[in-house]
Amino acid sequence: MEFLGLYHYWVFVVLLMIGFYAVVAKVNLIKKLIGLSIFQSAVFLLYITMSKVSGGTAPIFSEKITGVLYSNPLPQVLILTAIVVGISTTALGLGIVVRIKEEYGTTEEHEIQEIDRR
Amino acid sequence: MTALETHLPVLQVVVPLLVAPLVALLQPRGLAWAAATAASATSFLVAVQLALGVLAGHVFRYALGGWPAPYGIALEVDAFGALLLLILTGASTVALAAGKASLDRQIESHRQPLFFSAWLLALAGLAGILVTADAFNIFVFMEISSLASYVLVAGGPDRRALPAVFKYLIMGTVGATFYLIGVGLIYMMTGTLNLNDMELRIHEVADQRPILVAAGFITIGLALKAAVFPLHVWLPNAYTYAPHAVTVFLAACATKVSLYVLLRFDFFVFQGNLLGHDAQFAAFLMPLAVLAILVGSAVALFENNIKRLLAYSSVAQIGYIMLGASLVTVLGLTAGLLHMFNHALSKGALFLAVMCLSTRLPGLHLADLAGAARRMPWTMAALVVAGLSLIGVPGTAGFISKWYLISAALQEGMLGYLLVVVIVLGSLMAVAYIWRIVEAAWFRTAPAGEGAEQAGEAPLGMLVMTWVAALANVWFGLVTKVPRELSANAATILLGHLP
Repeated sequence: MEFLGLYHYWVFVVLLMIGFYAVVAKVNLIKKLIGLSIFQSAVFLLYITMSKVSGGTAPIFSEKITGVLYSNPLPQVLILTAIVVGISTTALGLGIVVRIKEEYGTTEEHEIQEIDRR
Repeated sequence: MTALETHLPVLQVVVPLLVAPLVALLQPRGLAWAAATAASATSFLVAVQLALGVLAGHVFRYALGGWPAPYGIALEVDAFGALLLLILTGASTVALAAGKASLDRQIESHRQPLFFSAWLLALAGLAGILVTADAFNIFVFMEISSLASYVLVAGGPDRRALPAVFKYLIMGTVGATFYLIGVGLIYMMTGTLNLNDMELRIHEVADQRPILVAAGFITIGLALKAAVFPLHVWLPNAYTYAPHAVTVFLAACATKVSLYVLLRFDFFVFQGNLLGHDAQFAAFLMPLAVLAILVGSAVALFENNIKRLLAYSSVAQIGYIMLGASLVTVLGLTAGLLHMFNHALSKGALFLAVMCLSTRLPGLHLADLAGAARRMPWTMAALVVAGLSLIGVPGTAGFISKWYLISAALQEGMLGYLLVVVIVLGSLMAVAYIWRIVEAAWFRTAPAGEGAEQAGEAPLGMLVMTWVAALANVWFGLVTKVPRELSANAATILLGHLP
């Protein structure tokens, strides 16, 4: 059952590979960016997964509650930052795609190469 | 230490980061440039102070917000960081000071404040990577600097910069995300993000598979960002189509900052703890370094655009740095780090000279250079001095690092002789591709007509800064104490765990 018990890590790996495949194999620039977003989201899942402690609860500290197991809040904070970074990257990438569309009239990678070769 | 001195590491980030939004608001022409240059120069002075302190034996430690080290974010500047900070802030300042005329031509004046703001953000991000001692903080600064440098590269008038920067963005983000996965796996096993703490705690779990996977992800991710062959495909086009001043800035330091993180992790965190890590590191990177030197130089031999030619030469030079590091000896690493400094000098000066040429020539292909030596003798002379340094002629900075590299290789026995052959071959090819530029500029006559009216030298300020950079190549070829001591100290710190 170890295989199933680690299912969240398998989700991470599968998502990572789907995203990576799209980045490498797709020729449309927007599809590449979608792949990049999936790729980054997979890593967010990895961080969220590791912060979970079995039976752990939200890390709210109080004098009245004692002897409670807390989940680790730090990875969530880290990944909040990484999500912001991911959004900025996607936004900038889309901005560049818009400029490419204006200049070249296409968002297909091979057509852009064709135009540049001329 | 005085009160100000304790704050030096954080000033390295805070100065450009705070000035960046102010610069964006400075609309009147020229003011944004002046403010950005002043901020960059201030950073350079701070870096000089840090280097002097490090040479006197200090290690600058700073707890951000007063939170003590393993819990809060710690900043730490040792010899390695100080060396790279000198390169970074120096390159930024020289590129800004020299680049005004070129940037005025390439960036519309209403977009200039935002452009300079992005420049300072790139500077702040790169400086942040060099001062911080926190693995996640490195990721954040890496992304700040990357996002800003995508904007810088795409800022020019050449539309071919756009596909180039898209490729740069995709590959840069994949690299940074790989690094993030690696850091996540290490955090999972050790529960710390502080590099010093990590180095201590990783020992207990060093044989566990997540740590090995993390080492792989971090090494590959950073190699991608540092354009280590064969992960360099984003570099040539990004350098070629970027605004000329941006090329000077990025070519001198951007890839080297990623190499800094790579070496920090592989030597400082992993080396002493992972069994057989040194052998794996050498076996993995030495062949890539050799290929980078040979392939990068060979491609440069056949390139006709000068900027592309020099960009492929950069791929080869990263190979020399990695070759020194992959010997995993103090002397080899010293040679690699010294070459970081000297390559920044020579490639910076070369791209400055190219920027001068671009102000007067119709294009930057070898054919456009015909007769340039007669019309722009000072620019071409500076280009030759920097080219000699790139080749490694005695009396220039490039010679010192090649000399160290060869002495380090000779310690390795039979393998060493082969490496020396590679280094010499790479240098010979450098002679050939620099000669192609010289040949085009001196021995081809300019086509009559349109070229003749454009006679004249580059703007004086740009020319003076180019000569400052060219003469720095000669200066550091004769007076080698500062970079040599910093590199040697840094190599000793990184390899401190080896017997």
